[in-house]
Amino acid sequence: MRIPCPHCGERDYSEFRYGSDATKPRPPHGTGDLKSWHDYYFLFDNPKGPHTEYWQHVLGCRRWFKLTRNTATNEIGEVS
Amino acid sequence: MSNRYSAFAVARHALQPDLPWPRAWKSPEPKKSYDAVIIGGGGHGLATAYYLAKNHGLTNVAVLERSWIGSGNVGRNTTIIRSNYQIDGNTQFFEHSLKLWEGLSHDLNFNCMVSHRGQIVLAVNPVQLDTLARKGNIMRLNGIDAELLDRGQVMKLLPYLDYSKDARWQIYGALMQPRAGTARHDAVAWGYARAADRLGVDIIENCEVTGFAMDNGKAAGVETSRGKINAGKVAIAVAGHTSHVAAMAGLRLPVESHVLQAFVTEPIKPMVDHVVSWGAELFYLSQSDKGGLVFGGHIDGFNTYTQRGQFHKLQSIMECAVSLMPFVSRLRLVRHWGGIMDMTPDGSPFICKTPVQNLYLNGGWCYQGFKAAPASGWTFAHTIVNDDEHELNRCFALDRFEKGGEMDEYGLGNWTYKQ
Repeated sequence: MRIPCPHCGERDYSEFRYGSDATKPRPPHGTGDLKSWHDYYFLFDNPKGPHTEYWQHVLGCRRWFKLTRNTATNEIGEVS
Repeated sequence: MSNRYSAFAVARHALQPDLPWPRAWKSPEPKKSYDAVIIGGGGHGLATAYYLAKNHGLTNVAVLERSWIGSGNVGRNTTIIRSNYQIDGNTQFFEHSLKLWEGLSHDLNFNCMVSHRGQIVLAVNPVQLDTLARKGNIMRLNGIDAELLDRGQVMKLLPYLDYSKDARWQIYGALMQPRAGTARHDAVAWGYARAADRLGVDIIENCEVTGFAMDNGKAAGVETSRGKINAGKVAIAVAGHTSHVAAMAGLRLPVESHVLQAFVTEPIKPMVDHVVSWGAELFYLSQSDKGGLVFGGHIDGFNTYTQRGQFHKLQSIMECAVSLMPFVSRLRLVRHWGGIMDMTPDGSPFICKTPVQNLYLNGGWCYQGFKAAPASGWTFAHTIVNDDEHELNRCFALDRFEKGGEMDEYGLGNWTYKQ
């Protein structure tokens, strides 16, 4: 798989680190609502299809970015 | 004629070549209604059906498989069986599984080719050896066989590893579980399917579940590609696609799907007599009966449903193999493939009830699905029949993260993709 880093351009996926689902809203700190923290931390939609996720270019510019990828085909869409 | 397999049956069929062997299972049309429907005809689903019939007398059961029996992860793993775990819950559960493996071929009347060749986990530094000693002590306190080996003993058992002073990772010793080993994965699927069928279970292939039939918020059956099937109880055993199927019932799970690759070299003469795991990186190998060296390692590291792996992981696994056994560089790799794993935030599975009444979940198997299949089916059948967890699977509940009951065997933290 080739991943287009917004800073460095297209590189092999082995230069990157996956950082999980980027669509889950993090609850505000200090809310004390354990249920929403549990859901944020432990639950995944895990769709078979388009998935927006974090990646970090660890062996390059080290930038974090969001990527939309189809988990059924690994086809890469939008990068931001 | 009896359908029982035996030496006499082989002789009888040899003398009467025109007489075909009976089908191993019937593959009937689905009935309108069952007491229990199991979604997924893999190792776990078939084992569950078998133990529902055998242990609990529940035979009005159907196993629904969207493809053919043996097409999923039960035929894609590296066939290793072992019970060298160290946290309570895992230790007892996997030992129960290994005990079921020990009698499985006789129990199923099907040769599962269970081979107790022993598993040797290598330590590449003194601290690792201390950790293995601790694990071995925990195992022995639970009545499980474990032997700590020093470097000299490892050299005798595994003379083909790199012990030179130039070796990148020196071997300090190992922990051996003599009863661990391998089993023929396809035979396990076929054996459970045939044994369940003989007890009256319907094994239905090419039947994909497309939705759940609900009645007042309770599961009451499934919609399938072959019509609606009513069921008193519905059980999910589709690891790899657990999120996908559970979402049809409105459940959101602590599961992410990842691809795990396995590799086979060209066949060579018998050399690797054990299952060998390495301490420097997650890497393990055994030798198949056909002679190929079978390698396994980590997941690729990002979620995907594609049953094919990335080249980078192939490269790193081969680096492990060559570092441990330099001669491997002269072998050709003939096949590699991927299986989709349910990865959970603590690396442990679910065998449990769900928030939906009459709907039960078996999944989240991470790396350990194959060896667990017998105990998984055994305990899942108990949970389905009694609507309650058995002592052996009580720790594998779906709400354990809410209650602080993580089963974090490797202490890696709450990342599915790092387990």
